Order: sequence, then C-alpha cells, then structure tokens
Amino acid sequence: MHWEAYVGPLAQGAWVTIQLTVYSTILGGIMSFASGIGKLSPNWFIKSLSVIYIEVFRGTSLLVQLFWLYFALPIAGDLIGIDLRLPPVVAGVLALGLNIGAYGAEVVRGAIQAVSRNQYEAARALNFTPRQALWRVALPQAIPEMMPSFCNLAVQNLKDTALASLISLSDLAFKAEQLRNYYQNSETIYTIILFMYFGMALVLTAIMRTLEHSVSRWRRARR
Amino acid sequence: MLFGYSWDTSHGEWAFALSILPMLLRGLVVTIEASIVGFFVAMVIGLALAALKGARSRIVAWPAAFVTEFIRDTPLLVQLFFLYYVLPDYGIILPAFLTGALALGIQYSAYTSEVYRAGIEAVEPGQHEAAKALDITPRRTFTHIVLPQAVPRVIPALGNYLVSIMKDVPVLSVVTVLEMLNVAKIIGDQTFDYLVPLSMVGALYLILTLVASAIVRIVDVSLPKRGLSLR
Amino acid sequence: MTEPIIAFDKVVKRYGSHIVLDELDFSVAQGEKVTIIGPSGSGKSTVLRILMTLETISGGVIYVGGEPLWHERKNGDLAPAGEAHLRKMRTQLGMVFQQFNLFPHMTVLRNLTEAPRSVLGLSKAEAKARAEELLKLVGLTEHADKFPGQLSGGQQQRVGIARALAMRPRIMLFDEPTSALDPELVGEVLTVIRRLAEEHDLTMLLVTHEMRFAREISDRVCFFDKGKIREEGTPDEIFGNPREERTRQFLSAVREGK
Repeated sequence: MHWEAYVGPLAQGAWVTIQLTVYSTILGGIMSFASGIGKLSPNWFIKSLSVIYIEVFRGTSLLVQLFWLYFALPIAGDLIGIDLRLPPVVAGVLALGLNIGAYGAEVVRGAIQAVSRNQYEAARALNFTPRQALWRVALPQAIPEMMPSFCNLAVQNLKDTALASLISLSDLAFKAEQLRNYYQNSETIYTIILFMYFGMALVLTAIMRTLEHSVSRWRRARR
Repeated sequence: MLFGYSWDTSHGEWAFALSILPMLLRGLVVTIEASIVGFFVAMVIGLALAALKGARSRIVAWPAAFVTEFIRDTPLLVQLFFLYYVLPDYGIILPAFLTGALALGIQYSAYTSEVYRAGIEAVEPGQHEAAKALDITPRRTFTHIVLPQAVPRVIPALGNYLVSIMKDVPVLSVVTVLEMLNVAKIIGDQTFDYLVPLSMVGALYLILTLVASAIVRIVDVSLPKRGLSLR
Repeated sequence: MTEPIIAFDKVVKRYGSHIVLDELDFSVAQGEKVTIIGPSGSGKSTVLRILMTLETISGGVIYVGGEPLWHERKNGDLAPAGEAHLRKMRTQLGMVFQQFNLFPHMTVLRNLTEAPRSVLGLSKAEAKARAEELLKLVGLTEHADKFPGQLSGGQQQRVGIARALAMRPRIMLFDEPTSALDPELVGEVLTVIRRLAEEHDLTMLLVTHEMRFAREISDRVCFFDKGKIREEGTPDEIFGNPREERTRQFLSAVREGK
C-alpha cells in the first residue's frame, strides 16, 4: 500500500472536483432561473431562445456538449476569426452548468406555474407590476417547491464533474486514473474514489437540505 | 478509414459531412444497442433492489437501501472504470461493450428501483389482505399478485430512463466502445476537424432523443391499464 | 344627483357562447353601500372581477370616477386601455377575496406593507404606521409577526380586508368574503365590514350570501339573475316585499337552505 502517496493527489483532485461542482452549480442555478422564467415570458424572442436552449441541452448528451465546447468551438471560432479556445476548466464549468441549467429550467418553470392563480390575482388587485408579482409573490413561494429537485440536480452535477477528467482536467477521477496507471492497484484506488464521491454527495445533500430549510421557514409556521 | 468507409476532406464541409455520416450511423447503432442492453440490465437489477429494499427483514432491506444510495451518489464514469479494471482481477473478462452496458445498467438500477418501489407501494393494501385471506405465501403474493399489477404501470416512467441512458452512452467511449461520440472523436483526431463530426453527433442526438421520447409517450398512451390506476 | 362613481353602460361578458353579463346597466353612487345577491352563475362575482380588472369585458363601457375603466379616450374615441391606464384606474379599487389570497410567505405585517411600499412608494416607516393602524382597526395588532398559516380563517380574512385598505382605495369590492369560513368565524369578519360601512365614506360593493347582514348594512340591494339585474331597491323593499316572482323564489330557497 502507498497511503501517503495517495493522499496528496487525491486531495488535490477532490479540491478540483469541489470547485467544478460549486462553479457549475452556480452557473446552472442562474441558467435555470433565466431560462425557466424566460420560457414563460410573453416576449416571443426570449421565450424561443429559452426553449431552444432547454431542448438542445436536454436533448443531447453532456459528454457531447463538453467535447463540442472543448474541441469543436475553437474551430468554429477560427471560421469567424475569433479565438474561442477555452481552458479546460472553463469548458468544463460551461458544459456542466449549461447542461444542469437546462434541466433546472424545467423545475423552475414547473414550480412557478404551480403557484396558485389566486396569488397572481391578489397581486394584480394590489397593483403590483407583472415583474413585482413574479419576484415578490410567485418566486418566494415557488423556490421551496424547487428545492428537492435542485438537490437531486446538484448531486447529479457533482457526479457529472467526473467527465471533465476526459478533457484533461485533473479532478478526482483524473487523479484516480493517474494513480491506477502508476501503482496498478485498481481495486483499492477505485474503491477509495467511489467512497470519496459518496461522501461529497452526502455533504452536498446536507447543504442543500439546509438551504431548503431556510427558504421554506414560512411553510412550517402552522397554528 | 473507419468501418471500411473513408472520409472526404478535399471537397468542402458538406462533402466531408456526407462522407462521415455512414460511420456516425454505425456508431449510432452501437449507441442504441448499448442503451437497450443497459436498460434491460437496469430493469432487472432495479427490480431486485426494489424487492430487497421492501423486504421485511432489516438485515436485507438496509444494505439494499445503502447500495442503492451508493450507486446513485457515485459517477457512472468511476463505476465503469471500476468494473473495467477490477472484474478481470476476479477472472471475469467481458467485452468492453458488455462491461459498459453493465455499468449503465447498474447506475440506472438505482433510479429504476425507486420507480418499481413507487409502483409496488401503489398496489392497494387490500390486495395483500386478500392474498393473505386466501393463504397465498408472501413470496407468491409478491411475484403473482403485486408485480403483475405494479409493472405495467411503471413502464412509462422506466421508459424515461431509457432516454437518459442513451445520453450517458458516450461515457462508454473511455473503455474503447465505438459508440457515436467515440467515432466522431476519432474522425476529429484524424482529420483535425472536430466541428463537423461533433456537431453532427449533437444533431443526431437531438433526433434520437426526440424519437425515443415520442415512442415512450406512445407506449404510455397505448399501454393497457391493468389493475388499479396510479392516480 | 352627483355623477355615479361606478357606471356600467351595456356591459357584455361572454365566455365562448356563454353569456355571463347581458348588456348590464348598473351604477353606484359615491359612498353608497351596494349588495349584490343572486343564484350562483348569475354573474355577480364577475361584476367585481371585471371592476378589479381581473377579467376583461366583451362589450360596453364601464366608468369609474367618470373615467372609462377598460378604455382610454383617444381623439374623442374610446380605445382599449393599455396597462398604464389600467394601473392608474386600479389605484381607486381594493378587493377582498373569497379565499383570502394572502401571501403565505410574508408575515401579516409584510402582507400589509409590501404593496404600499413597492407600488405606492411609501417609506418603510410610513407603510408600517399605516399597517399598524389598520391592524388595530381589524383587531389583529398582536398577530403582526405571524404568518397567514398560523391564523384562523376569520383572522386571515380580516388581514385580507386590512391589506386592501392599506392601498387607500375609494371603492372596496368584497367577493363573498365569508363563504370560505366556518360558521363560527363569520361574525368577526362581518363586524369589521360593518364598522367600515358605518364609520367610513368608502364606496362598498359586496357580493354575499349573508342575507341578514346585507339587509343591515346596504343602502341598496341588487338581485342578479342570468347576467342582468332582475330587481333592485332598498333592503326593506327587496327582502320585505320583493316585486318579482324570481326574487321571491330565490329568497325563500336561501331561507330554507339555512
């Protein structure tokens, strides 16, 4: 066994995985709200832009998106004379965030549409603008509804970060592959790695639950 | 050269695209095959996990629940590497395609087991009571009374996972499976043009998932609703 | 006689081929308390919902304070109103809903201060002072920091009334304000409405099934049937000596139902 030799690389890899997860989850969250709300917009341009984004990213494979951004985008840039070469970490965060955002968009849209009509009527009677009704009345009620799905998506996103190792990002999966090559000890390495991902998923789930708890405080207020 | 076809890089982008289409379609066939095999594995293992999780004995139910959670919370890529490198150590040598399909099936069994469980739990308690009154053994109740009612209802929900599996097949390229993305990547590596093949893969994927989703919906609508309604 | 504050001029409301309001003529004077009664489906709630601009009209013109509600004057003609006009007109109206429609994620105080602050632009202190005054009026001062889910239905509806009043409307619309309440909670809400009717110069338009209450507080009662006013008059005329057979049938049906 080479415990002391494993710890350093695995810690480095885990740190990269955590960063990837955090950045892409934040990007995914922004995209979820932007396109989920956009899909409900009365403006046809915003609406169709949102629909196209959601359908393209949900309809294709994450790894295809990742490879496209990393390998194909620079060539597309060449054709129009712009340097679109992305560093692996940017390509990784973009692909992961855009992908999870498309799934999150459907969650956001569904939760907003589930807010009762009565609430919109009350907002209108009080002369809120449609924007105020969305931000002050509908969204605060819709967000707690979204949280369980967002929790699943965040864990999904954490798992998906492993694919970034395929564009040479030295995350946990990448480090595992290096160590396996070096020590030829697949079973130990992969068992450790699987448990590390499992542990990170549990922590992430706990964080999301805390978040859910704090945004839905009013729902627990009962007589 | 790939699958006996050769690409045409000297007559512009359209000629190139046309020349690599047959190769990508060969890859597409592999993608579909891997999805279907993986889906069946997920249906079988998922059912087993669901049955174990529903067992009355905690010694059976808790480990099954843990395994499900563990599979669900760890990446397909790492599970795939694990199978690919560790199985041979135990004398199990499978073709890469089967290892890949097995990994897909295991990953998705965590999800399908939840679907089965929802279906099983939706079978009315009265059915169990009736079986008990007729002195049918618990095992036979499960296989002959609960499952025949639960399975037809969960098929549409399972079908959605078939579409998800399709989108995960490109991961199998890391163990040399020549699915569609791998084919495109090889073409790109050889011709230094990634834009055309990767964009074509994206387009083919859109068509594939659109068609697959439509089929799932048709199955959902045309499936005879046996037993009690889910609603 | 002064100009009415609300005037319906041959107003039509259709859902597809179903006619809800059939060339309705109807007016309310400044400060008047008018109750609308009638069988369900007679279009009485629709009158309020159209006034609150929650539903559009299919024909005719409505005037509120002399201004067309659903139209704008353009070169002497009436054109369909834009959102800016509707917003301006809405400031004159407040509505109390059957299902209260409080914002469940805001405290009682926030329910009362949110619209005055973000719509009317009141300062935090002004909005709070206004809200506290209204909470005193509806007798809920000690519940200011609770969420609606922590209140009884009757208390929620009192908050609903206070919330509408916080916008200082000239006209208050009550859409079956006690229909969703348990019988023992109806009284506290009616008490608040009665006090409003007695102490304030508000114009009030009320749709209700509480006949005794309607008789007590109304200046005028309108019996609606099939999208038209079948009969109107003072409470004593309508409840004591209705002229129309249809009104008599309705009132006896309601009495037997009790």
